Order: sequence, then structure tokens, then C-alpha cells
Amino acid sequence: MKVLVPVKRVIDYNVKARVKADQTGVDLANVKMSMNPFCEIAVEEAVRLKEKGAATEVVAVSVGPTQAQETLRTALAMGADRAILIQTDQDLEPLAVAKVLKAVIAEEGPQVVLMGKQAIDGDNNATGQMLAALLDWPQAAFASEVVIEGGKAKVTREVDGGLQTLNVDLPAVVTADLRLNEPRYASLPNIMKAKKKPLDVKELGSLGVDTAPRLKVVKVTEPPKRSAGIKVETAADLVSNLKTAGVL
Amino acid sequence: MPHDAGAPQKTYRWDDPLDLSSRLSEEERMVWEAARQYAREKLLPRVVSAYAEERFDREIMTEMGELGFLGPTLPEEYGCAGVNHVAYGLIAREIEAIDSGYRSAMSVQSSLVMYPIYAFGSEEQRRKYLPGMAAGRLIGCFGLTEPDGGSDPASMRTTAKKVDGGYVLNGAKMWITNSPVSDVALVWAKLDGKIRGFLVERGTKGFETPQIKNKLSLRASVTGEIALTDCFVPDDAMLPGVEGLRGPFSCLNKARYGIAWGAMGAAEFCLHASRDYVSSRSLFGRTLASRQLVQKKLADMSTEIALGFEGALALGRLIDQGAWVPEAISMLKRNNCGKALDIARVARDMHGGNGISGEYHVMRHASNLETVNTYEGAHDVHALILGRAITGESAF
Repeated sequence: MKVLVPVKRVIDYNVKARVKADQTGVDLANVKMSMNPFCEIAVEEAVRLKEKGAATEVVAVSVGPTQAQETLRTALAMGADRAILIQTDQDLEPLAVAKVLKAVIAEEGPQVVLMGKQAIDGDNNATGQMLAALLDWPQAAFASEVVIEGGKAKVTREVDGGLQTLNVDLPAVVTADLRLNEPRYASLPNIMKAKKKPLDVKELGSLGVDTAPRLKVVKVTEPPKRSAGIKVETAADLVSNLKTAGVL
Repeated sequence: MPHDAGAPQKTYRWDDPLDLSSRLSEEERMVWEAARQYAREKLLPRVVSAYAEERFDREIMTEMGELGFLGPTLPEEYGCAGVNHVAYGLIAREIEAIDSGYRSAMSVQSSLVMYPIYAFGSEEQRRKYLPGMAAGRLIGCFGLTEPDGGSDPASMRTTAKKVDGGYVLNGAKMWITNSPVSDVALVWAKLDGKIRGFLVERGTKGFETPQIKNKLSLRASVTGEIALTDCFVPDDAMLPGVEGLRGPFSCLNKARYGIAWGAMGAAEFCLHASRDYVSSRSLFGRTLASRQLVQKKLADMSTEIALGFEGALALGRLIDQGAWVPEAISMLKRNNCGKALDIARVARDMHGGNGISGEYHVMRHASNLETVNTYEGAHDVHALILGRAITGESAF
């Protein structure tokens, strides 16, 4: 069974994001970039499926600039078998990414697509769901446990108020939540081995997919600074202030 | 095209002023990232209590072993990763950003025990020790320094005497990192007046390693003595490939190079901690960060750290090309340790009263760097090495 793991190169979670002066987006000029943490969890899960014998091959795929090769090398160092970069300098929207992944899946034929539930840059939480819809495959989003057996995936999902367990037929799209696993560190010997694993680069244009943006970014701004609160003397003051604020 | 306004696609990054990361290979950056993640997520949470309790967590060695941090430059056939010396330096930088003691444990294992076994050992010795040491299952220590003074190893008193089937060792070693927890000690001793290396295993009769307690520095790393009393080791315990001071010195060169990176890693941590602290601390109605005295300190620290790393990187590239000389290592070890110590002391000062608390880490770094500035060739002794190279006159 082949597992495809889409991974995204994003601004590192430790970096304090700054908005560009012209408010067109976040300043990425020589900012540290890393693999999206939810994608790391997805890679880890795929590698564990392989180690358990449930999967035979783990293929990592990224859609992004040349530098995303480094992100793919990290996936290879964690244990993925090979990698594919769909190279583009465009900043693609979730639907476009889903269409690109659909084209990759048509060639690769994986039984499971295991991906992060969202990327920490756009926080869209949409690509996995859109991909499942485009493929007309079952989807199990926000997985906290994945068991593959008998041509099905048993996926425990974190939902409001508890856990939900789904049995989905394969092929399926599964998206990883935070508590699915704790990703391993890439060890030095595996980093060295990753250099020798295959990494194919294809131009986005070669797939013939319409990736034109559907959305227009009007403005990007910093979150407003929190202003200082006020102190009230009595409970009655508190209630009247809450009423004035329209909360009560 | 005019360049006088700087490159438009670049912005100044205070945490990487000279854009060092852009001059690393993909592989080096990945090793760096792995070391950083491990150090911040696994070492930082336990260091405060380990330091307070003067405790070395044995499992740190197996964790580092699993990640390939032990003897990382040695070849794969001995269970090692085979990375270059720049990658090794980057690991030292990130481990020492947490604690010089953890980096010491790693350096001793890698540069002072595994490297000489690889460089000067027999094939049997390599096969016997290196895979276990790379995995962190076996811990090694390096017995060179003696109680009567570390800077003059040629005058060592420990002796080896040839007897039937082996050698008998007698003497005492002092300030030996890891000796109380070691499974094997590389002991340097004089055999017929010539310095030779001997691998002494735990359990050998006449081999004792009492711990030196109540250190005020490097408390998260264990330090001990090695006492050798009519200690018999078999013939195949001696490293066949080297005699004289070249043996211990070649190991020390490797370790000192790692220290040049590591000490700056500790200094870098202190800079980041100080910047965070002065940015959030307000006095007289303004943040400390908005004050000239504070900004000058940060500018000085940042400059020395950037230059220190540049030197370490340049040296690492020379080592990887086989084009280095020991004096260059002396220069960088000396400069980076001395500057890091100054930076850590200033960082302690910038933290005000909070700076003496363990939770803020900076005083621990300052205390540790007192040792780092002294061991592996004291600051002044490296000055004499440089002075001799400049003038042709030995002042030793």
C-alpha cells in the first residue's frame, strides 16, 4: 500500500511573523522556513504505518518553490522513500493545491493520502477536504489515531465534546491533528541517507492544472494591540459596564 | 548595478547578522535543525534541575547516540554518520546553547575518545568500541590531565611498564569529564619515557574513578579522577598508531574546534535571553530595551557572536579541506571562549536580580564558561601558542 504525504514549507513556528510595509502579505525575506508542524505529524504517521508493515511505500510531495526541496529532504530523512516537488513560485490557494495533488495522485495511485489538517501560515484547514471532494474519496479529518486493516482505515477524530471513530474505505484522505503522534527527529545517519533518495522535480505548468487564484487579498495587517482593561469598584459597576459593552 | 543600498530582497536579521545560514549546505542546515530541536525540546527542560542537583542523566548519551551526534564525523561502517566538521560544529553550537556540560559530554565522547580510537586504533579496537560508543551504549573518557597541572602534559607522571602479556599502569588523572560514568577510559601514560594511549575498561583491577563533587561550574556533567594502581591491561589495550604528544594533541584539536562553535552557542543563548528580558522589563516608565546603555551591550554581544561564528565556520571549512593548522584552532578556541564568557557575564548583569535565578539560565552559562575558558587549553596558554607562532620565541 502506497501512502502519499503532501508537505508544505511554511514560516517557522518560532518566528514572529511580520507584515510587509505595503500590507500585501507576510514578510518572508530571509526568514527561517521549516516543514509545517502538522505535515511533520503526517509524515511521522506514514512512516509508522510503513514500520508496522501496513504501508509499503511513503511518497512525500510538495507544491512550492525550489527551496521546498529542503522540506522534502526532511521528510526523506524522517523515513519517506521518495519525494516529488511540483515547482512553482506562485502562492497557491487551497483549491489550486488540491487540484495539483489530484493530478499527482492520478499518476501515483496511492491508497491513502495522509496530510496535515492545516498549514500554520494560512490556517485554511481546507486542502484535505477539497482534495477528497475532487477525488470523490472518503475523508477523515482531524485524526488522533489511524489504524489500517482489511482495506479500510479506522480513524479516531477529535470533534467538539469527544472522539468520533470512522471506518472509511480506501482509498481515502486522512488529515492529521496535533495529538496523532509526536514526530521523530531526523537522525544524522538518516539525513545522510536522505541525500541519496530520489527527489523528482516537475514544473507546475507541466500538469495542465488551472491554478489561477479565486480570491483577492485586500490587505494584511498585524493583529490589533490589546488595550489596557479597566478596574471596577463593585459588582454593580461590573454589570453596568458589561451592559454598556452589549455583552449582557 | 549599484549595490550601495543593499540587496532589495534581503532584510537585516539581528539573529543572523552576516547571513551565515545561507552559506551552509542543505545537509548542514538539516543537521543544525535536528540538533536545535533536540536540544530545545529534550535538553532544556531538564537542565535546571540537573544543574541544581549536580546530576548527569545517563540517557542523554543514548538519546544523542540515536540521533547520530556521537562521533558524527567518523565513517558509517563504524555506526557513525559521516557528516563534515561544519555539521559537527553546528551540533556543538546547539547543545552548548543549552549547557556547556552537555556539550562537554558529547565532545569528550566524540573527539577525545572515538576519534583517537578511529585514527590511532587497530581495526579490532575500532570494531570493538566505536559502534557502541556511537550509539551511546558505551561511554568513554579521556585521561590526560594530572593533578599537578594541566597545561604541561609532557611532564606527566603516569607510567606504563611492559610486563608479560600486557602493561601495568600507575598514576593519577584529574578533572576527567565523564570518568565516573565511563565504560572505557583512554589513558595517556609514559612507556619508556614516550607517551602512549591505553584503553582501560571498567572493572579492570586497580582502576578507580572517584567523582569530584561540589563543582561550581559544569554541574550537569560529571567530572572525576582516574586512579591507576598497578592496573594491568593486555597488549591489545594500547593504541598502536601513535606515540608522543601528537596523540593527545590531535584529539584536543578536534575538541577545541567544537568548543569554538559551542561557546558561541552559549553566548548566543545569552544574547537572545537578554534581548527578551530587556524588551519586556520596564523601569522608570520605559523598557530597558529603549535605553542606550542596554542597546550598546546588545550591539557588542551580537557583533562578537557574529564574528565568532564566522571564524568557526571558516575554520570548519579549512578542516574539511584538510587545510587547517593547530594555531588557527588555538585562536578560535581562545577568542570564542573568552568572548562568550564576557557576554554571559554581561547577560547576567542585564537580567538584574533575576539573573541569579536558575530559571533565567544566564548565570549558569557564565559559570559554565569559566570552565570552558580554562579547559582544553586555558585562554592564556593559547595566547602563548599564538605568541610563539608570531615571534618564533617560546614563552612557555
